[in-house]
Amino acid sequence: MTAPAIRCRGLVKRYPPDVLAVDGLDLEVARGECFGLLGPNGAGKTTTVEVLEGLLDPTAGDVEVLGRRWGTDAAALRARIGLTLQETHLPDRLTVREVVRMFRSLYPAGRHEDEVIRLVALEEKRDAWTERLSGGQRQRLAVATALVGDPELLFLDEPTTGLDPQSRRQLWDVVTGLKRQGRTVVLTTHYMDEAERLCDRVAIVDHGRVIALGTPAALVAAHVGEEVVEFTPGPGPGLDDAALAALPGVRGVRRAGEGFALVTEQLHLAVPALLAALDARGVTLAALSTHRATLEDVFMALTGRRLRD
Amino acid sequence: MTERHPPGALRQLVLARIRLFYREPSTVFWSFVFPLALTVALGIAFRSRPPEALGVGVVEGPGAGGVAAALVADRELRVERLGEAAAGAALRTGRVALVVQPGTPPLLRFDPTRPEGRLARAVAADLLERAAGRRDVVGPVPAPVTEPGSRYVDFLLPGLVGMNVMSTGMWGLGYVIVETRQKRLLKRMAATPMRRGHFLLSFAAVRALFLAIELPTLIGFGVLAFGVPLRGSLVALAVVAALGAAAFAGLGLLVASRARNTQTVSGLINAVMMPMMLLSGVFFSSANFPAALQPAIRGLPLTALNDGLRAVMIEGATLLQVAPQCLLLAAVAAGSFALALRIFRWS
Ligand SMILES: Nc1ncnc2c1ncn2[C@@H]1O[C@H](COP(=O)(O)OP(=O)(O)O)[C@@H](O)[C@H]1O
Ligand SMILES: [Mg+2]
Repeated sequence: MTAPAIRCRGLVKRYPPDVLAVDGLDLEVARGECFGLLGPNGAGKTTTVEVLEGLLDPTAGDVEVLGRRWGTDAAALRARIGLTLQETHLPDRLTVREVVRMFRSLYPAGRHEDEVIRLVALEEKRDAWTERLSGGQRQRLAVATALVGDPELLFLDEPTTGLDPQSRRQLWDVVTGLKRQGRTVVLTTHYMDEAERLCDRVAIVDHGRVIALGTPAALVAAHVGEEVVEFTPGPGPGLDDAALAALPGVRGVRRAGEGFALVTEQLHLAVPALLAALDARGVTLAALSTHRATLEDVFMALTGRRLRD
Repeated sequence: MTERHPPGALRQLVLARIRLFYREPSTVFWSFVFPLALTVALGIAFRSRPPEALGVGVVEGPGAGGVAAALVADRELRVERLGEAAAGAALRTGRVALVVQPGTPPLLRFDPTRPEGRLARAVAADLLERAAGRRDVVGPVPAPVTEPGSRYVDFLLPGLVGMNVMSTGMWGLGYVIVETRQKRLLKRMAATPMRRGHFLLSFAAVRALFLAIELPTLIGFGVLAFGVPLRGSLVALAVVAALGAAAFAGLGLLVASRARNTQTVSGLINAVMMPMMLLSGVFFSSANFPAALQPAIRGLPLTALNDGLRAVMIEGATLLQVAPQCLLLAAVAAGSFALALRIFRWS
């Protein structure tokens, strides 16, 4: 049996003097899996992947990548992984092809520059200086530099942050293509829709710890329920959580700002019951909406905060 | 679809460096155009002129004609006949170095703190004595020399070459490496299987290549346009310049080894270069500084480089004669490289 792509136990990273960026983190990523680290800004995602990438030394903990360790096998490992950093400024006045060719030359074996450029759909920009590329094109070029070494394991740190919706979708297509080829991908994001769409499994990270782990569907089912009903009462008498929780079909109640969020598996029971209860108490509605539960709701349920503020 | 036999990493890194260099007009300007322009400007400003005549004013009045006639006999003097007041004003403003008041004896008015004043007085007195019938006994024969090699431009050119080697090395390595670090590209490249030595070697190779262009351009220009002599061997010149380039590449790497942003490294580079530009004899001889400072000045790499270049170019020194300078430069290069590599920060 081959070793998992990543195995990491009790990872701690402290930045002197007093920042505890990663606080005892355990992870295991299987080969061929697309694994997401989902969490708000400052959760410790970048620090975690940079330790996994062998770019930062952990304060404590044990890291094994592709069955090897950075301390002893760094040179061999570098040739087998590809990565994009959260922010890299590639040289302004090199063309797309020159950048890819330079990175290709650094690997002992890999893919041809034209093939990689086609993979990230930058053929038309092949001879353009990188300073003339849009944000999305630059990010795809960064992914191209991660692919030239034909890596077994790929790390993408916030690949779509700051991109417009169309560029994000183009990048998702690239990642979906990589998944189809059976590559192991670890990506970090603070977009729950991205994690839900791309990742086979997700670790939700907060304050340097994994607070939930599983497939997106299982996480939602376990921590939230299928549907979420959000409503904001108008001015009038208050509502107590216990009464709402007792309504038929309601599995849980959370306060969300001015209003409430009810989680339920049976929308058809919960909504009429809620309306009847509000009516009976003479409470008017300022707003009412329902949506299918998402990882955002999981994060809310676990921390009481939103992923992005 | 795995493709083997990658194109050489070092070659690609060097190519990238060269492309980035010539696609950035400002770096081309500072390394090539600026030193040439400076040589032209300073060469013209300080070009050798025929010796300038000394102005002498003769105050109008009885006997003025005779005095003036005696003084115009010498081409070193430019004689003007002036009124009393005008003569005083001309002396004060420096238009004339000496005012002669005809009489018996004639009166010579000059400012003894000005060398031209004292010179004009001596020449004028000599001419007046001769005109009055003095016979010269010894009759020394003047033999003027204008030897190439002793003019200002001959002093200046090796200094500018040294300064250029210093600044292209310090900026070309120091600034560019920190800029690469600040853009997080250094970290990105360190995350590949790249041999880290190759990355640094690419900078050294590009420096050597540009030196092979800069140096002949600057020196060739000085030789052709100003007739600056090139008396020593080209090999000795190349060795001194290459060691100088290595020393300043090492110092550039050293200032870049920890700095996180380009402001910091710019400050460091200027702090290293400015004192040397003043002390190491670029524009004027470092002999002008007090004797107490001389040992420290001799220890500066730019002094060694400039002295070595001047000795080879102007005095025709052999490699053996500039061995002390070469050793100092080699030591600076080795020391700074070794230290820089120990403390270098890749992220
Ligand atoms: N070099 C550093 N020095 C000090 N603190 C840092 C450094 N890098 C990150 N941090 C801190 O560590 C925490 C985790 O940061 P990071 O791993 O970048 O989180 P994320 O990628 O999830 O946004 C944050 O509080 C951040 O401010
Ligand atoms: Mg991050």
